[in-house]
Amino acid sequence: MDNFVVEVKGVSKVYGKTIKTVALHEMNLGFKAGSFNAIIGESGSGKSTLLNIIGTLDRPTKGEVIINGVSTRNMSKGRLGDLRNETLGFVFQFHYLLPEFTALENVLMPYRIANGKADKKSQERAKEILDLVGLEKVENNLATNMSGGQQQRTAIARALMNQPKIILADEPTGNLDSQTTDGIYQLFRKINVELGTTFIIITHDRRVAEKADRIVEILDGRISLDIVK
Amino acid sequence: MKLAFDIALRFLKSSKGQTALIVLGIAIGVSVQIFIGSLITGLQKSLVDKTVGSAPQITVSPKTDGDFILDAQAQIKTIIAANPDEIINPVAVTQGPAILKTPEKSTTIIMRGFDWKAAQGIYKINDRLVKGKLGLNENEVIIGKDLAEKLSIKIGDTIEMITPTGKTGQFLVTGFFDLQVKSLNESWILTNEETAQTFFETGEGVSQIEMQVKDVFVADEVAMAVENRLNDDTLKVTNWKEENAALLSGLSGQTASSLMIQVFVLISVVLGIASVLAISVVQKSRQIGILKAMGMHNPKASLVFLFQGFLLGVLGAFVGIGLGIGLSWSFATFVTNADGSSLVPFYIDWYFIGISAGIAITASTLAALIPAIRVSKLDPMEVIKNG
Ligand SMILES: Nc1ncnc2c1ncn2[C@@H]1O[C@H](COP(=O)(O)OP(=O)(O)O)[C@@H](O)[C@H]1O
Ligand SMILES: [Mg+2]
Repeated sequence: MDNFVVEVKGVSKVYGKTIKTVALHEMNLGFKAGSFNAIIGESGSGKSTLLNIIGTLDRPTKGEVIINGVSTRNMSKGRLGDLRNETLGFVFQFHYLLPEFTALENVLMPYRIANGKADKKSQERAKEILDLVGLEKVENNLATNMSGGQQQRTAIARALMNQPKIILADEPTGNLDSQTTDGIYQLFRKINVELGTTFIIITHDRRVAEKADRIVEILDGRISLDIVK
Repeated sequence: MKLAFDIALRFLKSSKGQTALIVLGIAIGVSVQIFIGSLITGLQKSLVDKTVGSAPQITVSPKTDGDFILDAQAQIKTIIAANPDEIINPVAVTQGPAILKTPEKSTTIIMRGFDWKAAQGIYKINDRLVKGKLGLNENEVIIGKDLAEKLSIKIGDTIEMITPTGKTGQFLVTGFFDLQVKSLNESWILTNEETAQTFFETGEGVSQIEMQVKDVFVADEVAMAVENRLNDDTLKVTNWKEENAALLSGLSGQTASSLMIQVFVLISVVLGIASVLAISVVQKSRQIGILKAMGMHNPKASLVFLFQGFLLGVLGAFVGIGLGIGLSWSFATFVTNADGSSLVPFYIDWYFIGISAGIAITASTLAALIPAIRVSKLDPMEVIKNG
């Protein structure tokens, strides 16, 4: 048995009470630490549902999600929050930056959620990450005063702030042009190689998926293809 | 705590128009409270001051008519010890009725004798003396200007008076006073202590001890303390409040109606804050959703909105205090009587203002409870799904 950093065990998700939509069918899936994974599939196949359940933002109807070897099934909301804060980084199709704060302050947010005040060390770290994503020049811009690509890169920097084991990205480049998209995937790879962060990325871009270590295709809530390179 | 506070501050700063509107709402509420409060208090103070400001507010006298208090100075010491912070202007008064006879007419008067200096506290004789001088020597008296007019008495005249026991005395009129109350100006004749004591044959005794209190509204409590301290069955202690029950019930009616106004102002302020903050929860749901996705706990997220309520309350209270004091001052300055004196004196009660501000801040924070509860129920999934 492999050592999985994330494991999905018999997970089903059913939406609705009267008219039931089964989004996931008893799915079993594990991701190895430090791996770079792509999830593909048609729209409505259940990709986002799976990722949100892995990210503990949503609870499965049946089955369980094991993160770092610990089942999240019986964790309280507070415990789940701490788990997300410490071990998971999220990048969504929309950046969800806080428009009232600057890029740097947004990046510091996960740290401050855990520690209240941002000390010097954390500030320096946030700046380093902004350098890494190429935003050192706009770190003091309000989130609203940046281009779409810059906003998404800020969101990525924010996801990296607490040095998470796993980054979950749901169509992170869905709203960006192809050049920016390439830049962001190169960045993901760089972080994956340098920091050993596990990536689980939903994408509909075949070109991008082909660069991943593993491609999981979902069809109607079931795994239809699982290619490991 | 710090993060929640910082986020609250940023949220308020980022929607300046909305923030300014709520702050203005709270400020107007607080200023109306302060204005009405200080108006009513000022009005009541001036009314009470006119009624009992130049009169004894607590009086100690023998229970039996015609008895005297011996050793008045020692008794005054005991009385003051009952509440040295409140009791002021004590004065021993020797008084009695007498008939004043002039060739044409005779009239009943009350002769009151006291130490001129001690009486200055309550009666402000020096200011009230409109002509002549105080009667410092034996058998010298001053009389009210209305009595002088009625009986056409002039300064330097000698008048004759008879006590109920039939004793006659001759007195030299050295001055006229005006106590600004016609009945007193017509019936009182004032003199020094010895003259009255000799005329009424009280020896060293005095008829009563009068005093005032710093806060006229606690006169009844102080009177009670004096009674306990004296612990003397032969003496009775009265205060102005028991003798002015009608005035007091009028005042308390006024206070109740001002309280009602304040309560309604408060309710409207609270409703305003609660509704605006409830809207802002919807406006900020993306931010709250992502903060929770990143691990912020529900109570912390709620705290962001409680802090917003608190900050709005503090800001509103400060602006409101400024407005309220300005309003009260303008009213006192520009709304005047015919003679130019203000209709209602300018009066700042910091204690009351403090309470108003405290209530506004508490109410604002509590008003934020409803939005705060909504925040804690917000599921980050809703936000993330809907983009
Ligand atoms: N909140 C919901 N209520 C009901 N059905 C839902 C809800 N969210 C998703 N679904 C359904 O679940 C299925 C999978 O959706 P989703 O995971 O968003 O797909 P994908 O991300 O692959 O496009 C779809 O049929 C979708 O309509
Ligand atoms: Mg999706």
